[in-house]
Amino acid sequence: MSGASAYGSVLALAAGLGVLPVATESNVLLNFLVFMLIVSVAATGWNLLGGYGGQFSFGHAAFFGTGAYGMAILQERAGLNAWAALPIAIALGAAVGAFIGALAFRARLRGSYFALVTLAFAEVLRILANVLPITGGAAGILIRLRVDPWHFQFADQRVLYWVALGFLAGALLLVRAIERARFGAWLVAVRENEDAARALGVDALAVKIAAITLSAAITAAAGCLYAQKFLYLDAAIAYGPWISVEALLAPVIGGAGTVFGPVLGAVVLLGLGELTKAWIGDLTGGAVPGVDLVLFGVLLILCVAFAPRGIIGLLFRLRVWARWARS
Amino acid sequence: MYSPEILFAALLNGVMTGAIYALIAVGLTLVYGVLHIINFAHGAILTAAMFAVYGLHAAWRVDPYLALLPLTVGFFVLGYAVQQLIIGPASRGDDGNILLITLGLAIIIENALLAVFRSDTRSVDVPYAFSVVEIGGLLFSLPRLLAVAVVIAVALLLWLFLAYSRTGVAIRAVAKEKIGAELCGIDVARIYAVTFGLGAACLAIAGSLLMPTYLVNPRVGNAFVLVAFTIVVLGGMGSVPGALLGGLFIGVVESFSGLFMGESLGQIGIFLIFILVLLVRPTGLFGAKA
Amino acid sequence: MGTLLTVEDVTVRFGGLVAVDHASFTVADGTITGLIGPNGAGKTTLFAVVSGFLAPQRGRIVFAGADVTREPVHVRARLGIARTFQIVQPFVGLSVRENIAVGAYLRHRDRAEALAEADRVARRVGLDRLLHLPASALTVAGRKRLELARALATRPRLLLLDEVLAGLNPSEIRDVLPVIRAIRDDGVTILMVEHVMQAVMSLCQHVHVLAQGRLIAQGTPTEIARDPRVVEAYLGQGAAQRLVSGASGHG
Repeated sequence: MSGASAYGSVLALAAGLGVLPVATESNVLLNFLVFMLIVSVAATGWNLLGGYGGQFSFGHAAFFGTGAYGMAILQERAGLNAWAALPIAIALGAAVGAFIGALAFRARLRGSYFALVTLAFAEVLRILANVLPITGGAAGILIRLRVDPWHFQFADQRVLYWVALGFLAGALLLVRAIERARFGAWLVAVRENEDAARALGVDALAVKIAAITLSAAITAAAGCLYAQKFLYLDAAIAYGPWISVEALLAPVIGGAGTVFGPVLGAVVLLGLGELTKAWIGDLTGGAVPGVDLVLFGVLLILCVAFAPRGIIGLLFRLRVWARWARS
Repeated sequence: MYSPEILFAALLNGVMTGAIYALIAVGLTLVYGVLHIINFAHGAILTAAMFAVYGLHAAWRVDPYLALLPLTVGFFVLGYAVQQLIIGPASRGDDGNILLITLGLAIIIENALLAVFRSDTRSVDVPYAFSVVEIGGLLFSLPRLLAVAVVIAVALLLWLFLAYSRTGVAIRAVAKEKIGAELCGIDVARIYAVTFGLGAACLAIAGSLLMPTYLVNPRVGNAFVLVAFTIVVLGGMGSVPGALLGGLFIGVVESFSGLFMGESLGQIGIFLIFILVLLVRPTGLFGAKA
Repeated sequence: MGTLLTVEDVTVRFGGLVAVDHASFTVADGTITGLIGPNGAGKTTLFAVVSGFLAPQRGRIVFAGADVTREPVHVRARLGIARTFQIVQPFVGLSVRENIAVGAYLRHRDRAEALAEADRVARRVGLDRLLHLPASALTVAGRKRLELARALATRPRLLLLDEVLAGLNPSEIRDVLPVIRAIRDDGVTILMVEHVMQAVMSLCQHVHVLAQGRLIAQGTPTEIARDPRVVEAYLGQGAAQRLVSGASGHG
């Protein structure tokens, strides 16, 4: 693939998803789709560090929550306009990423140790957000309802959907561009074999810190979207383990280290999750919490066991088989 | 500021909490030392054990201390099976895979418990929950004193097992030199499963000791497991004595920081220690070999 | 001929074990220099020190007139020191072409240029027909060539070859020798650790001999082959004596 055609698939996907709301005005469905887009953006952030860089973070909530709280606090406490708050909140998320990365990678943490330390940072932030007055403590923080595009709040859910889609398209284009750039080649080289990469002149530490910073920025953008969609945050939402887990599950199940893996994973996960919840709900006559996550856990283990590169890897293998069968 | 009595009480309190932490951490460190994996499902298994104690009590009024023995055996078998049937085959020995699989197990266990028991907090009612004994003018909570005694006994038994039994020696051999052990005819897959079973058994004991005084909900294991990680990292990954000492130390730290900084900030103290130790000295304060 | 690399009084200890003991030698610009010695002599350790993977307890490394002892690995690569690994370290998830391109990116920011450079380097080492294979599909000989290609793609001034011939059969070795010579003829200075003596004899202008961490001899390959100290280092105390008396005994 060369030049513009490399980015064509991202634009095609965006265009395809863009016409979806024309077919529906159901707010329930739109809410679900917006949520799916938010998770996709967060997962795309994780994928950059985890999929391409091979550093498995268990604490991307640290970045998601910083973006979300940044958005809320800058508007409610500093009186900033939402659109002005957006880049600052993303930058704050990136800064948290750079900080954690600089500490963890300088200390040469990798594998389980890196997973643990990211998890611990996310937990520290969650506990802090739960007690500090600036985040509203345990009561949480509300963003004032001001339905006006000027305040990043939309009367029509479809507009929010398109904005979120724009975020996702931007994140995917960025990942695609990285994939085709020197930085991407170095990042993958560090994942595959750090010593060999260093011998070829790759500053592995700088590459990893840059990767976690960008990764954090993308996931923080997802947090910003979340804040503007729900207009309410508390510590368990913003810094809770749920988003760390979903940001990791979607790429691993969809296909880590591929551009579309996180999106595919988010669609499959959340879609199946909703179906299971509805089905079990019908069966037992009431909502049962947690069943969707049980399914996610099973999918994760099945993927690790049978589909090392997720659904995309599976599709690729199927195509190879099909070609082989025809010839 | 604080009277010596209060400080002394906080110290003893910390030691008693620390004993249980130590037991949880021993299970984690044992698995790490032999399989070289961090078992992210450790907290979820602990939650499962606590719910098992709760369930036995709710259904048949089984006393938590009576439940201890059958649950220990049951969880050993469970842990053995999980390693032999799921983690081993699905991971193909790759560290990243094991990380993800134990995370998957944690998600499954925690949410299955959530689906069944909902997020309500539950407890077992036992008449001795608030019993105290007086030793040398100081009052001690009976269940927590019992917990300390049981943890000491378990630590001794574990030490005897590892030092003198055939399987124990094989476990130590695999921990030290996997390939060498394999060449000596040790069935490494079985040793892995036994070790994982032992880790789960430790949690069954911890669950039985905790339930008379603690509350259980599907997320309770998370609180313990991050503490256990801290202890294991502090004590040196894979070091059993390190886990025991580290457990006591963290129990005391938590007790004091709770006293000085309040409950939730006290928790932050532990995380900060955790992050600091990871960053500065990943081999642990007590200097276990990596 | 100028000096490209100077190793000056380098000592490396692992705990109580002295792996390299006050080693000093130089590598002249434009030559192929050999570093030989029995197993455990400290050759690979010395390579790690020159390439920056290991910090020596004492001594310094001077490259092209600049002291690089404190420079990290990637900076030395940028200055022009490239190395191969004794145990090959391919990026297994990538294709042969992508593997080489990682090296080429050091001098080319642009993707198209880096890939073109990778193709050129692949031709030089004879991998051009395997470019699109995954690195994991290569044979041992193929992986050794890939190791060489990746290092070359960084456009080094000094190339450190750590047993690139080990594990190859005689015909594969015959194929690789001209490749190494051609690299030298293109102006790349080569320092090689090698056990295959006929290769050392035919390739190297100059040879240093390391035994138990110390440099015990140096000279041209023919001088080295005649040096009794070298024979003893390889075959044990008194071996040279026995060889000489044995030879005279048989006339």
